[in-house]
Amino acid sequence: MAQARTSLPRTIAAHAVLIAYTLIALFPVFVILINSVKSRRAIFAHPLALPGPQSFDLIGFTTVLHQGDFLRYFENSMIVTVSSLALVLLFGAMAAFALSEYRFRGNTLMGLYLALGIMIPIRLGTVAILQMMVAGGLVNTLLALILVYTAQGLPLAVFILSEFMKTVSADLKNAGRIDGLSEYRIFFRLVLPLVRPAMATVAVFSMIPIWNDLWFPLILAPSEATKTLTLGSQVFIGQFVTNWNAVLASLSLAILPVLVLYLIFSRQLIRGITAGAVK
Amino acid sequence: MADRKPVRWHIAVFLAPAVIVYTAVMIVPLFGTLGLSLFTTVERVPHYVGLDNFRTLLSDPHWSGRFWNALGNNFWFFVVNMAVQNPIGVGLAALLSSPRLRMAAFYRTAIFIPTILSFVIVGFVWKLILSPLWGIAPDMLAAVGLKSLFAPWLGEANYALTTIALISVWQFIGIPMMLIYAALLTIPEEVIEAAEMDGITGMSQFWKIKLPLILPSIGIISILTFVGNFNAFDLIYVTQGALAGPNYSTDLLGTFLYRTFFGFQLQLGDPNMGATIATAMFGIILVGVCLYLFGIQRRLRRYQF
Amino acid sequence: MKKTRFTTLLLASTLLAGTAAMANTTITIESWRNDDLTVWQQKIIPAFEKAHPDIKVVFAASAPTEYNAALNSKLDAGSAGDLITCRPFDASLALFQKGKLADLTAMPEMANFSDVAKAAWQTDDGKQTFCMPMASVIHGFIYNKDAFDKLGITPPKTMDEFYADLDKIKKDGTYIPLAMGTHDQWEAATMAYENIGPNYWNGEEGRKAIIAGTQKLTDPQWVAPFTELAKWGPYMGDGFQAQTYPDSQNLFTLGRAAIYPAGSWEISGFSAQAQFKMGAFPPPVVKAGDPCYISDQPDHAMGLNAASKNKDAAMTFLKWVGSEDFATLYGNALPGFFPLIDKPIKIDDPLANEMLGWRQTCKPTMRYTYQILSRGTPNLENALWAASANVINGTQTPEAAAAEMQKDLASWYKPQQ
Repeated sequence: MAQARTSLPRTIAAHAVLIAYTLIALFPVFVILINSVKSRRAIFAHPLALPGPQSFDLIGFTTVLHQGDFLRYFENSMIVTVSSLALVLLFGAMAAFALSEYRFRGNTLMGLYLALGIMIPIRLGTVAILQMMVAGGLVNTLLALILVYTAQGLPLAVFILSEFMKTVSADLKNAGRIDGLSEYRIFFRLVLPLVRPAMATVAVFSMIPIWNDLWFPLILAPSEATKTLTLGSQVFIGQFVTNWNAVLASLSLAILPVLVLYLIFSRQLIRGITAGAVK
Repeated sequence: MADRKPVRWHIAVFLAPAVIVYTAVMIVPLFGTLGLSLFTTVERVPHYVGLDNFRTLLSDPHWSGRFWNALGNNFWFFVVNMAVQNPIGVGLAALLSSPRLRMAAFYRTAIFIPTILSFVIVGFVWKLILSPLWGIAPDMLAAVGLKSLFAPWLGEANYALTTIALISVWQFIGIPMMLIYAALLTIPEEVIEAAEMDGITGMSQFWKIKLPLILPSIGIISILTFVGNFNAFDLIYVTQGALAGPNYSTDLLGTFLYRTFFGFQLQLGDPNMGATIATAMFGIILVGVCLYLFGIQRRLRRYQF
Repeated sequence: MKKTRFTTLLLASTLLAGTAAMANTTITIESWRNDDLTVWQQKIIPAFEKAHPDIKVVFAASAPTEYNAALNSKLDAGSAGDLITCRPFDASLALFQKGKLADLTAMPEMANFSDVAKAAWQTDDGKQTFCMPMASVIHGFIYNKDAFDKLGITPPKTMDEFYADLDKIKKDGTYIPLAMGTHDQWEAATMAYENIGPNYWNGEEGRKAIIAGTQKLTDPQWVAPFTELAKWGPYMGDGFQAQTYPDSQNLFTLGRAAIYPAGSWEISGFSAQAQFKMGAFPPPVVKAGDPCYISDQPDHAMGLNAASKNKDAAMTFLKWVGSEDFATLYGNALPGFFPLIDKPIKIDDPLANEMLGWRQTCKPTMRYTYQILSRGTPNLENALWAASANVINGTQTPEAAAAEMQKDLASWYKPQQ
């Protein structure tokens, strides 16, 4: 069957296009990584040359690692990102299920209400959020960040997940109901496994802004004990910083963990997507 | 269907956690801020002025000039993103979903990588690549004999905005690609097989069978692009600074809002006018989203199965 | 697993904070000077802690671009640090008027500073002072001495000599004459227009006249610096429209450019990175024998968060900031940030010393946009950035740029109407 769908020239063309685009996508990352281990002179003289024995220099990394406890920053970032993601996915999926499954008065309005959050930059609420955290004694705790990121991630999660949940077959759910499953069981046992591809997609989409955010760590949790990796490396990326070795090194340090995190999720993503596709 | 039950507590239980966290941490602070648009501050005392701030924003030449400029730029930014990012994203997803494609996982992972980078990294590296001094872009163009095409794109009012829109495309192409890819994979095998029985394969299969089926997903990415673009701020901020140069040619509503609300350099923050701009932006986005939800999405649903 | 880990962490940090408070006081300084983090950590804070072992000091620096927004939010919510690094003029004045900064007028250390030094951190009537002055920066030009020697040129005294030098450098072709770009815009305003301008509008005389409304920005002495800027493009590097501030810095320190329109804050970075000899010259005057003016810009000071819970410890630190000891330490740890104290301070760095010496030969003034004139909408400083960059780029004529600025200013500033 599959034979009929593929032909050799078509396959070659597809690979050519994909390879070309992959090069475009990866080229800038490549530029950062190779230059982060070069001496200052080599960066400017030959930005595209691979680091050689002449130009190899780890000065950027030593400068950066000397500046802070990057292991702890990394741990903080992990705690915040993973906890927020878990909450976004759980709460988001539950709300999306309610919106897509049940007809009740105000359903559309509730959907719109939950989508409002992606239409206003959350930064605007900074002062009120900070006041709330001060009142709750949550300043300089990771919990403050987790709360904000959970709220921030929910609108998109609900929006995407409810679209996908509408495609889950009604027969399956009704069969479950006839078997006497509670609504909760239908959600957790029947529906959730089926929307795994969408969950993985939402996880990746939500992870990125959380990991990369600079603003809320700066405002809500700037202390040494709660600094995130992005905030910790920001010291080198200000407008007035000329030490490009340090800049490139800290950029590389910021890229690598999120890259690894993404690769982990990406395997889940593939599994999720294929699981969803095989019916 | 459980339509006629008197009280369906489970609906409340499903909705409660999301609604509570979201309302407390996001909606209350945000709408508190938007409310500032109805006030003006004289000698540090707020006065209720109704819609006066909006009148100022739309009619005072010093405000309206910047506002319309930012809005116009924002439309162009959106047009470039829609016209370039989404078709390429759909195309890549279509290629990736072709059956038995080797290394599909690798391609998909690689193409998504720009999307996971922070704006700071994206801004820095593209400024480096496009820099007329350090020569990555000029040298590469020279290598193919096109040196004369090079211009200091980020520094010229005619090119800067389009250049940044294309950088944005580069950064976010992974999102339409992933969503469409997931949608293409959920098309039931029977539908494809039936099409093949009828002799519809290859390109025409994509246009006639798959595309109509993924239209709802294209709808989602369009609306996400719209919302994302009209809220865009960071990319301009890290590449061109808060003044969105040259000569405000890359000023978007987001940068205009940031400068006004938080202040910039010697300009003090003006929460009242800032909130006015934010409310205007919110209005524009809300209208767009409602058009989608109540107009386009309903129509798209007909194709669903 | 993650959960318990997280709770433990929370608990641990609370406990730590608790014990620390009992043993001694920790004060936090808010600052945008993230470039100086190491200097504070390695030189300045240890010097203070040695004399005051019961006080621990944390220097919390954020990026300059985020500083104002982040600080204001934290002050509004009550989570800001004890000591606040003050921007000059209106940004800090607004904080004082909102009651966020404490009144420091009564501190005896204020007597160590002249009225001019304090002006940037006082109410308009000069009656109240709310920040302890720390440092100013001086504008001028830094040049590559090796390049000048090789080409046989000397630092210019007049604008004509300046262009003659630039022409020679350009003709030789080894060096880019001027290391400046217009992409980030502010260099065009700060390091070009407001650098050479005071020689045209006679420093304080012109600056005060604009504030008083007796001169207009369309007057010849205010248009002339724009006319000069319009000639600079050809001396700048290829594609200068997209050249950023760090690009220019690197261009100069890598020895590829001859003259860098500068602020003195560059000195420590340049000294560390450049492998050639550097010199500096003040902005050239129009005609030989004209009096010279320099922009000696108040840059930062330190204030007390009115809501601080550690006021005693913070005041102890502030007193030290107002002392001669601190001025000597700070001025030498960060050459190019010149102490504002009214006492002779010895600066060891030769380049910094050279620039500091201009205070004796030229009359100091400051950037005219900073005091009072940037209070309204449209903002004059922002307008100057765009106008200066446009004039160098050739997209606006000097006259048009000046006319637009005058129109912007007159739209809200009564004395100019």
